[in-house]
Amino acid sequence: MSGLFSPRAWNKIWIYRGTFLLGLTNTLKTAVVALLIALLLGIIFGLMATSNRKILKSISRVYVEVIQNTPVLLQMCFLYYALAFSGHSPGIIVTGFLALGIYTGAYMAEVIRAGIESVPKGQFEAAQSQGFGYAGQMFYIIIPQSIKVILPPMTNVIVNMIKNTSCLYIVGGADLLSLTYSFVTGENTGGSYAPAYIVCGVIFFLICFPLSSFASMWETSLKKRDQKVFQNGTPKEA
Amino acid sequence: MNTLDGSLSMLRNPAIIKFILQGVLFTLIISVAAVLFSIVIGTVLALMRNYCTGKQTGVLKALSVIYIEVFRNTPLLFWIFICVVFCPAPGFVDRQMFGLSSVNNKLLFKAAVALILYTSGVIAEIVRGGLNSVSHGQIEAGQSQGFSMLQIMWYIVLPQTFRAIVPTLLSQVITTIKDSSFLANVAVIELMARTKQVLSAANRYNGLNSINVSDVFVLFGLAATIYFVINFSISMTVRNLQKRKMSVKVKKTLALEERRQTGWAYNG
Repeated sequence: MSGLFSPRAWNKIWIYRGTFLLGLTNTLKTAVVALLIALLLGIIFGLMATSNRKILKSISRVYVEVIQNTPVLLQMCFLYYALAFSGHSPGIIVTGFLALGIYTGAYMAEVIRAGIESVPKGQFEAAQSQGFGYAGQMFYIIIPQSIKVILPPMTNVIVNMIKNTSCLYIVGGADLLSLTYSFVTGENTGGSYAPAYIVCGVIFFLICFPLSSFASMWETSLKKRDQKVFQNGTPKEA
Repeated sequence: MNTLDGSLSMLRNPAIIKFILQGVLFTLIISVAAVLFSIVIGTVLALMRNYCTGKQTGVLKALSVIYIEVFRNTPLLFWIFICVVFCPAPGFVDRQMFGLSSVNNKLLFKAAVALILYTSGVIAEIVRGGLNSVSHGQIEAGQSQGFSMLQIMWYIVLPQTFRAIVPTLLSQVITTIKDSSFLANVAVIELMARTKQVLSAANRYNGLNSINVSDVFVLFGLAATIYFVINFSISMTVRNLQKRKMSVKVKKTLALEERRQTGWAYNG
C-alpha cells in the first residue's frame, strides 16, 4: 500500500488539493451541462415515443436503441476524433457535455416514456374530452401524475452519468478521476497512490451515495403504497 | 485516391480484420466470465445482506451493505486504476498465452478483476430483488419440513430467485459488454482498445500516410456496429423472455380467476 499511512503522502495531497478541487469542479460542470442536454433530449424523444405518429415513434426508437447498445466510451471517442480530425477540435470538456448528454439522453427518454405510459390511457381521453390541448393535457394532467414514477429511475440515471464523467480520461481527461490519475503518475507529484485514490473515491461516494439512496428509498415507499392500495381493493386512481 | 476509399481499403485488409475480430472475442470472453464470477459473488453478497440479520451474523450484513454501496457509487474506471496498481497477479497469468505477452496477460487479469468486483455489486442488488420476490411463506414452509437454512436457500429460494431474474441478468450482460470497453483505458486487448490502436496506425494502412476523418468514421463505425449487433440481439432475447413471462402470468391469473368463479377453494 503505497503511502497509506505515511504522513508525507497525505501532506502532498493537501499541498496539491487544488488539483482535486479543479477535477471536482470539472466533473460537476460536465455533469450539470450534460444533464441539461440529456433532459432536453430525453423530454423530446420521450414525448415522441409516446405520440401517436408512427414516424416519430420509430425515430425515437432508433435513437434509444443505437445509443443504449453501444458503449459511451466509443461514442465519446468517435465524437472527439471525428471533430478533431476534421479540424474543429471542440476541447475535452465540450466533448464531455455532448457525448454524455447524448448518451444519458437515451436513458432519460426511456425513463420519461415509461413514466408517461404508467398513466392510464383513460386520463388522456378524459383530458381531451374536457377540451385540453396537447400541452395542457401534458402539463396539468399527465406530468403531475407521472413525475413520482419518473424521479427515482431518473436519479439513478444521473448517478450513472456522474460516474461516467470518468470516461473523459480516454480523450485526455480533465475530470476528477483523470486528474487523480495524472496526479499519482506525475513526475513531481507521483507515488502517493493510496491517499489520492481514497480522496477521489470518497468524493465520488459523497456525491453519488445520497442520490442513489434517495432513489431507492423513494422507490420502496412507492411500492409499499401501491401494495396498500392494491390490498384495500380501492385503487386511488380509478 | 479518395480518403474514404483509403479508409475502406482497411476493411479489406485481412490482418486488421483478424485483429479486430480477436478483440471482439476477448470482449465477449471477458464480459461473460465477469458476469459468471459476479453472479457467484453477488449471490453471496445478496444472501448476506438479506438474511444475516442475527446478532452474531449482523457484521456480515454490514460488510455486504458497505461493499455494495461503495461499488455502486464509484466509477468503474476508478477500480480499474486501483486494481492495475494494487491487485496481485497470480503466477499462472505471468507467461505468454492466448497470443499475448506476459505483461498483457497480467494487465488483462487485473482489469478483469476490477470488472468482476464492480459488476458483483450491481448483480448483488439484482439478486436481492429476486430474493425479495420469493414470498416469506416459502421459507417458513421449508423450516416446517425440517430443512436447514442452507438447504432452504439452495433447494427452495435460489431456484425461484434465478428464474425470476434471468431477464435482468441478461440485460446486465449488455451493460457489462459496454462496460468492458472501459478496459481500453489501460490498453487491455478488447474491441475498443484494438479499434483505437488501428486508428492510431491508420496512416500506415490506408495508403495515404495521414489519418483522416473518414478513418474515424469507418473504424469506429465498424466497432459500433459490432457492439450494436451483439447487444441488440441480447436485448431482443430479453424482450421475448419478458413477453413470454407476462403471458404465462396472465394465463395463470386467468386460470385462478376461473377456478375461483367455478367455486374452487382458493386460500391465497
